[in-house]
Amino acid sequence: MTALLEVSGLTIVAQGDDGQDVPIVQDVGFSLGRGEVLALIGESGSGKTTIALSLMGYARAGCRIAGGRIRLGETEVLSLTAAGLRDLRGRRVSYVAQSAAAGFNPSRTIMDQVVEGAAIHGTASRARAEAAAIELFRALALPEPEAVGARYPHQVSGGQLQRLMAAMAMITEPDLIILDEPTTALDVTTQIEVLRAFKKVVRSRGATAVYVSHDLAVVAQIADHILVLRNGRMQETGTTRHLLAAPAHPYTKSLLAAAAPVARSGTMASPLPEIPVLAVRGLVAGYGAIGADGMPAIPALHDVAFTIRKGSALGVIGESGCGKSTLARVIAGLLPLASGSVELNGVPLPPSIAQRTPDQLRRLQIVFQMADTALNPAHDIRRILGRPLTLFHGAKRGELDRRVRRLLDLVQLPARVLDSVPGELSGGQKQRVNLARALAAEPELILCDEVTSALDTVVGAAILDLMDELRRDLGVSYMFISHDLHTVRAVCDEVMVLYAGRMVEFGDRASAVTAPWHPYSELLISSIPELRPGWLEEATAGRVQGVESAATGPRPACAFFPRCGMRIEGVCDREAAPQRHLGKGATIACHRTEEELLTRPPIRAMT
Amino acid sequence: MSDLLTSEPEAAPPSPAIRRAKRRLPLLGRVGAVIVAFWLLMAVFGQAVAPYEVGKVVDMDVFTPITAAFPLGTDYLGRDMLSRILVGTRYTVGVALLATLLASGGGLLLGTCAAVWGGWIDAVISRLLDTLVSIPSKMFALVIVAAFGSAVPVLVAMAAFIYLPGAYRIARVLAVDLNAMDFVLVARARGEKTRYIVREELLPNMTGPVLADFGLRFVFIVLLLSGLSFLGFGIQPPQADWGSLVRENIGGLPEGAPAVLMPALAIATLTIGVNLLIDNLGGLRRRTGRTE
Repeated sequence: MTALLEVSGLTIVAQGDDGQDVPIVQDVGFSLGRGEVLALIGESGSGKTTIALSLMGYARAGCRIAGGRIRLGETEVLSLTAAGLRDLRGRRVSYVAQSAAAGFNPSRTIMDQVVEGAAIHGTASRARAEAAAIELFRALALPEPEAVGARYPHQVSGGQLQRLMAAMAMITEPDLIILDEPTTALDVTTQIEVLRAFKKVVRSRGATAVYVSHDLAVVAQIADHILVLRNGRMQETGTTRHLLAAPAHPYTKSLLAAAAPVARSGTMASPLPEIPVLAVRGLVAGYGAIGADGMPAIPALHDVAFTIRKGSALGVIGESGCGKSTLARVIAGLLPLASGSVELNGVPLPPSIAQRTPDQLRRLQIVFQMADTALNPAHDIRRILGRPLTLFHGAKRGELDRRVRRLLDLVQLPARVLDSVPGELSGGQKQRVNLARALAAEPELILCDEVTSALDTVVGAAILDLMDELRRDLGVSYMFISHDLHTVRAVCDEVMVLYAGRMVEFGDRASAVTAPWHPYSELLISSIPELRPGWLEEATAGRVQGVESAATGPRPACAFFPRCGMRIEGVCDREAAPQRHLGKGATIACHRTEEELLTRPPIRAMT
Repeated sequence: MSDLLTSEPEAAPPSPAIRRAKRRLPLLGRVGAVIVAFWLLMAVFGQAVAPYEVGKVVDMDVFTPITAAFPLGTDYLGRDMLSRILVGTRYTVGVALLATLLASGGGLLLGTCAAVWGGWIDAVISRLLDTLVSIPSKMFALVIVAAFGSAVPVLVAMAAFIYLPGAYRIARVLAVDLNAMDFVLVARARGEKTRYIVREELLPNMTGPVLADFGLRFVFIVLLLSGLSFLGFGIQPPQADWGSLVRENIGGLPEGAPAVLMPALAIATLTIGVNLLIDNLGGLRRRTGRTE
């Protein structure tokens, strides 16, 4: 049997600033049989999306397919005319983009857009296409498959939208589906649902797919073959099982190593009881006007309390919307708190920046997730790093230059970036500058808001190493916000799990990997993809389904109630969960006792 | 999604030589710059280089075509057109430039203030200027001229006043967007004063769009003033700006006299020149490098 898709000698060039062609994909070749899934894996700039797009005969503006062959069935894709390409795209090859939210037109209903491909290519009548779409919705485990098509894109969740986009791609029953990082922007708990839906549909319909991702663990679940790319060149290719078990190329090995981060140094905090760097008590905060009961209109944090000891790192995890970024903003004074207190070194911090002393501001620094937006694009690096030095330490000329250079040294950047503007640096370099700016103040505590989330695994791991080194050398404390338990476990001494603005679990690093957990922590932990094929099936066996649409009716006392595999009807939805101390040293907020949590592994018990 | 053009994750920044090459003004921009520079020079030195005295009748014939003695012909009274255009530059360019500076400067100031302070200050400024927008500009200009006469300061103030709300809108929306950026939050968390945030964090990132708006507004004001002059409400005789020159010589239109075409051409070259320059200024600024 000949392969469905055959690519050979593919070379794609981009036009550089000087008019010269710069190769961005060089001599890439692979073949794919019908019903197989191939994963293209690599970091940003490795050319994986460029290759995926070229399968539709498309090159982005400024780029050009310079050579090679792409054969799909009997068609030579690269020699097609414009009309031929139009017939190919969306009909025989379809594309699922990373951001479904940007891929849907907000002013038309979902059904209109899902069946559009069938209408354009005339593959089915409207009625038949709609019936097929509803079948697909059902196969993709979307809630209310008959009704969801009548909604508008903003009325469904991000995970659902991503699945709807897959339905849109499959409506014409294409020969080849290209999935471009379809789960990267999702929370782990949502990602697992979407991934399972994709896998089920791809397998049951025998679809042929190219899956683009930077995440080896995700790819391990869905792909038959893996192609590792770096700088537009093929590094290694093989079957998933073989490549994960016995990677041959050093780069594949480094990717595998970065995918399973090791714990960095242990706690640096002294065991003696002392005044913590940061103590937060009974914190309530949110957005909108503060009502008569002292609660903000849209509360984001309820009664959060914790301490961070000198030189230690606290990890805060939870999915998007759980209030973790709000927490950092409240502590930094960017958002007023409604009630509760924040103490720095035992001294209460005034709620707003205007009331804080320069010294208090200096001791507490915040580092934002997106280095792209956190650095002023009009300032060069010298100025970005110099400003806090002048402001907090009054450094001038020679002294200033010396200290700026020392900061660059600390974050391991060459001195030649001093006169660059942020736009000229790579993502990893920008994040280092972002960190260096916080260090310039010589703070005691740095609030890190998802500092590695926007980075490639390998670059992110390097930033984590750096942060750990700085902690050891400078003795700073961190509050490390992330949605990724792996990262948090790798750098933090203590871990706090937030759900819907409430603390559901607090314990040390060891307790984060030891049973029993709060049911939500367990859900989070079990949702992190593991580097072995078959994990997906194990992890999703017997999960509570369709929870994304379950947010109707009165608010239950425990916010996790609708999604909980161990809920007690009549108790969990009525009474607030008590604080419970577990044998492993952690505190959780749950009605279930330690024994119950241990003896009934909730997630698998629901079947 | 992968960055298409970053070949290395930790790529070295481009060398200074490459960066300088990127900062050269493109050809069309240079053409614009030359035109604008020429008219600015004429606004200052027009009087000095004009071959004839501006109000003097130098030719017995009227609406003379282009000759060696009168390169742009003569007007309806037999005055030298070249001299009159050169001297008129001062009014057209000078008044418009001053009014645009006032409109854009005022708009920028009010816009950033509204964005940074927000709340009721923003609401009051925005609603006041919205009211101003609702008055038709030509009508408003005519009313002002009828009430206060058409002295040069009145014309400048009036044009600035009419075009301020638009500049304000642009500046405000830019500043509101920037004000929500993380780097501004970082500056606030550092305890920076509002003045520093506006001057160092907001303004440098607003220059491109604000300059483009400045060029557009300058052109609008030139056209408004010329229009007023054409109606006879602008600069008053014996002085004349380009708009009044067109009006004075409208009688030469049937015979295609250069006297009516040349001032119109001057207006056209100025507006095109300014736009060419402004549109290409983007190449001068360093790339802020969004890789997607």
